[in-house]
Amino acid sequence: MKKNVLLSLVILFALALAACAPAADTAAAEEPAAAAEGDTIKVASLSPLTGPVPTFGESTKNGFMMAVDEWNANGGVLGKQIEPIVEDSQCTADPAVNAANKVIDQDGVHYIVGEVCSSASIPVSEIAEEKGVLMISPTSTNSDVTLNLDGSTKDMVFRACFIDPFQGLVMAKFASDQGYTKAFVMSDQGNDYVRGLAEVFSEKFVEYGGEIVGSETYTGTDTDFSAILTKVADSGAEVLYLPDYYNVINLVAAQAKEKGVTAVMMGADGWDSSDLDLAAADGGYYSNHYSPDDTRDAVVDWVSKYNEAYGSTPDALATLAYDATNLLFAAIEKAGVDDPAAVATAMEGLSYEAVSGTVTFDEYHNPIKSAVVLQVKDGAINFVASVAP
Amino acid sequence: MERKNQNPIVNWIVKSKILGILFFVIIGAFAVYKLGTALFDNPSLFLQQVVNGLQLGFVYALIALGYTMIYGIIQLINFAHGDIFMVGAFASFYSISRYNVHLWFQNLFPSVPVMLAQIIGTVTVILVSMVVCALLAYTIERIAYKPLRTAPRISALITAIGISFFLEYFGALNFVFSPNYITYQRPFAVKSWFVGPSGFGSIESGIAPPAHSIIFSNIFLIIVFASLLLLLVLQYIVKKTKIGKAMRAVAYDKPTARLMGINSDAIISVTFALGAALAGAAGVLYAIAFPQVFFSMGITPGMKAFVAAVVGGIGSIPGAFIGALIMGQAETLSAAYISTPMRDAIAFSLLIVVLLIRPKGIMGETSSEKV
Repeated sequence: MKKNVLLSLVILFALALAACAPAADTAAAEEPAAAAEGDTIKVASLSPLTGPVPTFGESTKNGFMMAVDEWNANGGVLGKQIEPIVEDSQCTADPAVNAANKVIDQDGVHYIVGEVCSSASIPVSEIAEEKGVLMISPTSTNSDVTLNLDGSTKDMVFRACFIDPFQGLVMAKFASDQGYTKAFVMSDQGNDYVRGLAEVFSEKFVEYGGEIVGSETYTGTDTDFSAILTKVADSGAEVLYLPDYYNVINLVAAQAKEKGVTAVMMGADGWDSSDLDLAAADGGYYSNHYSPDDTRDAVVDWVSKYNEAYGSTPDALATLAYDATNLLFAAIEKAGVDDPAAVATAMEGLSYEAVSGTVTFDEYHNPIKSAVVLQVKDGAINFVASVAP
Repeated sequence: MERKNQNPIVNWIVKSKILGILFFVIIGAFAVYKLGTALFDNPSLFLQQVVNGLQLGFVYALIALGYTMIYGIIQLINFAHGDIFMVGAFASFYSISRYNVHLWFQNLFPSVPVMLAQIIGTVTVILVSMVVCALLAYTIERIAYKPLRTAPRISALITAIGISFFLEYFGALNFVFSPNYITYQRPFAVKSWFVGPSGFGSIESGIAPPAHSIIFSNIFLIIVFASLLLLLVLQYIVKKTKIGKAMRAVAYDKPTARLMGINSDAIISVTFALGAALAGAAGVLYAIAFPQVFFSMGITPGMKAFVAAVVGGIGSIPGAFIGALIMGQAETLSAAYISTPMRDAIAFSLLIVVLLIRPKGIMGETSSEKV
């Protein structure tokens, strides 16, 4: 609890700093004077190039620019060249709103790829919806990005990543594909991310023919999991689904072996951290958006292209930004006109082979696509499978 | 203006403590029913949960001893005690991960059996943490508590809270312990055994132990042995040595003890160091059992050990021990059979129940010597 106070102070301070900083628009200033209206299609990218998570912004910008350059090299969209406008939105509501207003009102764009962070994407999505501009967020997972307050879907807003609970479905399918029939589910009752995943997993695992032999909740400050783990061992579960963050995984995994738990541990992208205790979590599986070790042609091709251009392995942010931008252009091509409302309709019916899987959109404008399953084994994290829902 | 309540029924309710007793009886009956059915349904699972509770209880006992000793001598609730426990855990983290202290015996004498070398290494790690914590507590006592010896008790209490916050947030600085949750490397490999109707054996990784057997690990053994040993050493120091006699004298009557030639300031410092050493050992054992260290890890165990000390009767060493074991069982059994998220609420309600029935705690005595 005391830690939270400290954290919120730090965040407040950071917010104050961010609010004082002038909105950077250096990237836009470098663009040549806009060609006459109608000759080009303008697309804006909003990403946090400065602020708390500049590496997210860098990756997103790289993925975005790569997609734009490829389409331009192939003759553009609808026979017109694409004019990219890159804005810094700092992963924060205020600068993101300023950047969105600037690109819509001054630059006259019809399409926005961004923002990265949900807290910035939500206000931007409201502006996009109001002004009739199509927005696709590469990585914002909060369900409110594409939903209005009354629960209806925003007409003009899409995302390229799946939302959190979707991973529960993927893992339930993976577990039953592996022949497991008995699962035990552990979840932190106070954490929406964890609870959502656990609920979806429990529901889908039963649908796939499995049985939930037990479920237990704990609180975020617990360190002693012996009582629960004893129940897990006693229940005869083959799978222990624990979709929490890595710090909890480290604690539970270290105690599980000591209590004679033989169930295979499974989780979600909260495990994805360099601080995951690889020795304790050995043998465990977790789901994620994307893995550079995926063996599908689209991924191999993308990794080598990106490596050639930027000299590094693309992370999930770069990949999803690339996918989001490609999805947008494919939808414009499909619509046949440079009109955001028509493109939005086209996007709804789109089926596109993206790097992170074949994408179609559900009624909430969330993509339905495959996730990857990774395994912690012998001190490394290995790609296991790409699981389509 | 004082108003006397003339209603005889209200008077009777207040005097006879009937509400507290009723509360106790209802809660007790519910607990007995719950635990009885649990024991009847699956005795081996129940015993396993008791073993889990023992492991936790023994760690709490070490922390509770420090609370009770310091309270016994200067009637101070040392709120910084839980944070000294945290420093002990971090001291062992650094001595293991950075300086490989746990390997010194193995490196010097490679021919001795690994198990013996591991035990010696672990004991060394615990001793290092105990010394670090003892020195820290001694320093804190000299700087923060000694100048307040004659001040009202509330001043010392507030100072203790200040020290607690200082240790936490100083520890949270990036160049000290950092605000991160750090994975703790155990000084030995975990090994578990089972015992039950199908005999006794060791558990191989990935193979389920036979049904209806009770599992215990080398972590459980080391916690139980280390705690019992430290308790006996402490009892010996307090009851049989000259310094222990002086401690009891200071606890009993400070001015008279001073008249008899006892340096009561030095005795109080020694008490602080002794209590902190136990907290340091508890920090190591806790980190071994639940392998993660972070700057605020001392708050919750510290609170629970404090409750254990009060339940057992603050000021009494055997009381702290019994209170801690009760606390460990209450927590584990309520996590196992009632509700995991409710475990802390139930454990803390125990405090209220005990205080309603027996304000002095289980082993607390009305006015005899403390410690």
